[in-house]
Amino acid sequence: MSTWIAIGVTALGCYVVKLAGLLVPAGALEKPLVRRLAALLPVALLAALTAQQTFGDGQALVLDARVAGVAAAAVALALRAPFLLVVAAAVVVTAGVRAMGG
Amino acid sequence: MAVVRDALGVGVAVGLSGFAFGVTSAGSGLTPLQTCALSLLVFTGASQFALVGALAAGGSPLTAAAGAFFLGVRNAFYGLRLSQLLSLPRAVRPFAAQWVIDETAAVALAQPTRRSARIGFVATGLSLYVLWNLTTLLGALGAEAIGDTDAWGLDAAGPAVFLALLAPMLKSATERAVAGLAVVLGLGLLPVLPAGVPVLVAALAAPVVLWAEGRRRGDAREGQL
Repeated sequence: MSTWIAIGVTALGCYVVKLAGLLVPAGALEKPLVRRLAALLPVALLAALTAQQTFGDGQALVLDARVAGVAAAAVALALRAPFLLVVAAAVVVTAGVRAMGG
Repeated sequence: MAVVRDALGVGVAVGLSGFAFGVTSAGSGLTPLQTCALSLLVFTGASQFALVGALAAGGSPLTAAAGAFFLGVRNAFYGLRLSQLLSLPRAVRPFAAQWVIDETAAVALAQPTRRSARIGFVATGLSLYVLWNLTTLLGALGAEAIGDTDAWGLDAAGPAVFLALLAPMLKSATERAVAGLAVVLGLGLLPVLPAGVPVLVAALAAPVVLWAEGRRRGDAREGQL
């Protein structure tokens, strides 16, 4: 039951913030500073999420095979590889490094 | 059309990581029904992963939901930009809202015209919603067969997806400074703050860098006088 409560609260909360963003009046974005900020916030969030999911293990920071995988993804991105190949590179290299005992 | 190819590429790649979510969720003790409900109703990957992780760690339902909610707050900022770019009719917004996530925002915002941005948003949203939910179901049912998902490297799919979304946004020194500061904050605070909160604090990198930039520009003007 408590799992369903968590699911319900999360679903409602996540939907409300998605909708709130769409309903904010367009006038709020006319100031250059607000527009600049709205463009930079995803940069900050995505960078932090990438780093945390690469180095984070619960609340600890660790160096494991994921680092090699994400580095491979970065190389693929630098070579302008398509999205699927970038993700595949990360998965395959991570699995490979783990298989070798990394 | 290039925009449809991009959209489907993102949709398919991220949809496949729904498999990783299904497996992880089942491994955290959620039933297949609960796992599928999350993908259908929450539909924002980072929040879903955060929620099942917190529940598996024994967190209370509301604490777990709070962490997932904090991660989902960023979608409001995507919505802020998308509503201007797509200029959707008010009646459509409650339906479009569920698709306002990292990937649809990244594809739509990268388009040169409103028409291609709308096509990109719908094509990414639809392909991702269908595949994410199908692969979640497969993952939840197949969890026992596959065993240890980490051995398959599936835990690297998430950060690779985020990195691929981030890379095209790093256009100037300002973006790179924001990203760099956000990484330092996100990693530095991870051990000391509750799950989900460090990411929100890392978002402060954006106003901080903008403020520092404004100050520097102000100083440069004074120097010329």
